[in-house]
Amino acid sequence: MLDEDKKRAAHRALVDRVLHGEGRASAEQRARAFSNDGLAPPLDALIDKVADRPAQVTDADLAAAKASGCTEDQIFELVICAAVGQATRLYEAGLAALAEATATGEAQ
Amino acid sequence: MRLDVLNHGYRPATKLLFALIRLVSGHPVPDAAKLVFYRPDFYGNAAKEFTHEAMRGESAWSVGDRELMAAYVSKVNGTAFCIGAHTATAGQAYQDKPKVSAVLADLESAPIAEPLRVTLRMLGKLTREGKVGVEDMREVLAAGVSPQQVQDALAVCAAFNTTDRLADAFGFELLSSEGFEAGAKYLLKRGYR
Repeated sequence: MLDEDKKRAAHRALVDRVLHGEGRASAEQRARAFSNDGLAPPLDALIDKVADRPAQVTDADLAAAKASGCTEDQIFELVICAAVGQATRLYEAGLAALAEATATGEAQ
Repeated sequence: MRLDVLNHGYRPATKLLFALIRLVSGHPVPDAAKLVFYRPDFYGNAAKEFTHEAMRGESAWSVGDRELMAAYVSKVNGTAFCIGAHTATAGQAYQDKPKVSAVLADLESAPIAEPLRVTLRMLGKLTREGKVGVEDMREVLAAGVSPQQVQDALAVCAAFNTTDRLADAFGFELLSSEGFEAGAKYLLKRGYR
């Protein structure tokens, strides 16, 4: 019942594309933005806000990222990776709880 | 939007399309739509496919239910653009704007069926706290929601936790209420692809 459905397949395709497809930011940087882990300042602050408190992102956060040498295309990609990454963690947490609930239900 | 490339970096054919949409609809192209036209091979194409599948693909949830989930998740995230867009779309899909307003004002007292209420409650907790437990899922299943419906709701939640973040980070400009209603009409007619 919890087989991979079309929605999950489409989601997986999105994740694969932003992480492993061609990009202006390196695959390593994109992976770090996706997992919100291991980026150097000032990018780490921007990416952490995108993942955990996106309403607090300011013009200054993007200006600081640009001043550090990132192009707008690289920022575009890294912000997307951070958003997709956080949403993916939520999706997986929900699916894991569901799998646990249905597995226990079947055992009873 | 906050990146110049998202305001001006489109191909000539795309700029022409934006101008045509503006002319025909009488409204500027919403930033949410513009975003998926920027280097669509990186994000837009795959994102549209996933969002369309979540929002319009096969599901026991109605389109109105899923638009309401999108509005509710956006409310929890405090993302004004997406609250406006999906409140309008859910209201049109249900042909019942007061119901949508009631859910966003107070989920617990809103006049909706219990399976939808417990599902929204679970999506809200997941979005707010980043996690849900097996007990939360048991509560949803006990209310009569099928495991497949839970999966479908989680897909909506994933799509809008992505879009909400991009709306806030890139600074999507809010539309007038007429603009949101026009966008809602388009989303109900054409979907997200």
